[in-house]
Amino acid sequence: MTQRRIPYLILAPGLILLILFLVLPLISIIFPTFFNGGITFSNYTAFFLDEYNFGIFWRTIKVSLIATLICVVVGVPTAYYISQSPKKWRGLLMSITLFPLLTNSVVRSFAWITILGQDGIVNHALLTIGLISKPLTLLYTEFAIIIGSVYLFLPLMVITLVGILENIDSEIMEAAETLGANRLIAFVKVILPLSVPGIIVGSILVFTGSMTAYTTPQLLGGNRNIMLATFLYQNATALGNWQGASVIALIMIVATLIVMKLFNLIAGRLDKRGEVSA
Amino acid sequence: MRKNVGLKIFAILVFAFLLIPLLIIIVTSFGTNPTIQFPIKGFTFEWYSKVFTNESFTDSFSLSLEVAFIATLLALVIGVPAAYSLARHEVFGRNWIKSFFLSPTIVPGLVVGYAMYQFIVIKFQFPIIQGLLLGHFLICLPYVIRVVGSTIEQLDFSIEEVSWTLGCTKLQSFSKVVLPNITSGIFASFMLAFINSFNNIPVSQFLSGPGVTMLPTSLMNYIEYNYDPSVSALSVILMLGTIILMFIIEKTLGLASIS
Repeated sequence: MTQRRIPYLILAPGLILLILFLVLPLISIIFPTFFNGGITFSNYTAFFLDEYNFGIFWRTIKVSLIATLICVVVGVPTAYYISQSPKKWRGLLMSITLFPLLTNSVVRSFAWITILGQDGIVNHALLTIGLISKPLTLLYTEFAIIIGSVYLFLPLMVITLVGILENIDSEIMEAAETLGANRLIAFVKVILPLSVPGIIVGSILVFTGSMTAYTTPQLLGGNRNIMLATFLYQNATALGNWQGASVIALIMIVATLIVMKLFNLIAGRLDKRGEVSA
Repeated sequence: MRKNVGLKIFAILVFAFLLIPLLIIIVTSFGTNPTIQFPIKGFTFEWYSKVFTNESFTDSFSLSLEVAFIATLLALVIGVPAAYSLARHEVFGRNWIKSFFLSPTIVPGLVVGYAMYQFIVIKFQFPIIQGLLLGHFLICLPYVIRVVGSTIEQLDFSIEEVSWTLGCTKLQSFSKVVLPNITSGIFASFMLAFINSFNNIPVSQFLSGPGVTMLPTSLMNYIEYNYDPSVSALSVILMLGTIILMFIIEKTLGLASIS
């Protein structure tokens, strides 16, 4: 055995396991979706031409996009606040942000069931003060999925951004203000551009996360607001349509890759320092 | 920094948004009403004892712990040497191999679970538990490769050279010099992999069967048909687990190491 082969022997077990239990399974479900006698894309064109299926695809994109936008708008100032607070507070604020992130996503979605449900906290409160006469339908709506996704992924956005913003010199802000910018303008013109790499990485995490999440749409979306992940599960189990499930599986993988590529392209345009890796 | 009241109020609202839903769960777990209520009436620990006597919860809890533990260990045994090799050896196509090792994070979890279920359980008739372990191994591996890999890259290469000069074989040098110096990275990746495996739902969703259900899945199934405070009680127990883990991480590595 020559010295040169050693690294490959060390890497082999992991590579073999990944090929056997990730790559081959993926190929085995996706390959058949392109065959129907000969090579065909009809399964995919049929998926997107079907109004019901396309509706689910569109809802998934829309919900993920809105959730991502909210996470950016809410996350940037919050992360900026954390990065500017004194050291002794920063640890506590980071813990508050990390705690939901490390808590099980079923628990986090369940919390919103108790808040948004038919006799949940919001309806209970609104009925008591007499603002509404019958309970609002808040749960099992797209709105509920969006709130749930924001709740799920906002900590990820904030933590990613704090890492970037901590490295920004606070004197830059003072310089901008000294030069006559008011605080909001200084923030938009100075802090925001500098946090672009963090916003991009965070957005990729939030967007792909919401797009492929299963728990939140399952618990908060109900049967009328199905997303791609819940649709895949439904096809594979209740509907017994394995081919359909495999088609959705590939669509989810490709959509994830496209989103990552797209955000990196945007990052390249906005940030001259080159591509951001996620 | 000068005071910026608007930003401060905004941030406080965000932290409230993050914490209040979880605080509400804690409160509802003590209510006496058979369905969840807020504000609660009365005060009881009954729902906690319900959790501990519910076999589907206790069984799936121990299964989740076992699977997370074994999958993480397996990921360490295979991942630590691989991470070392990627950092230190001249490997053809290093970046490609590294991306390949990280690829389980790019494929959506539900797709991983579904593909493994079709291929391993249906086609090759593996027992579900083995599929479950392998699926969770795939979740854990990227954390080991990434965290341990960056720890090794930060380790001074010359201390290894010194040990070789002093007569260590490569293997001795790895176990006596490298490993003791990367324990913090190994511990951090263990924690991250364990937490993510324990909390994972999408991968486990397809890979469960009679007697083989992970805790998050079993909790999710329970929520679909029940709306009683034992769900809150179990949630509180899980949150306590999170707090204990965060405390351990903070005391050993500092929370910054995992964020």
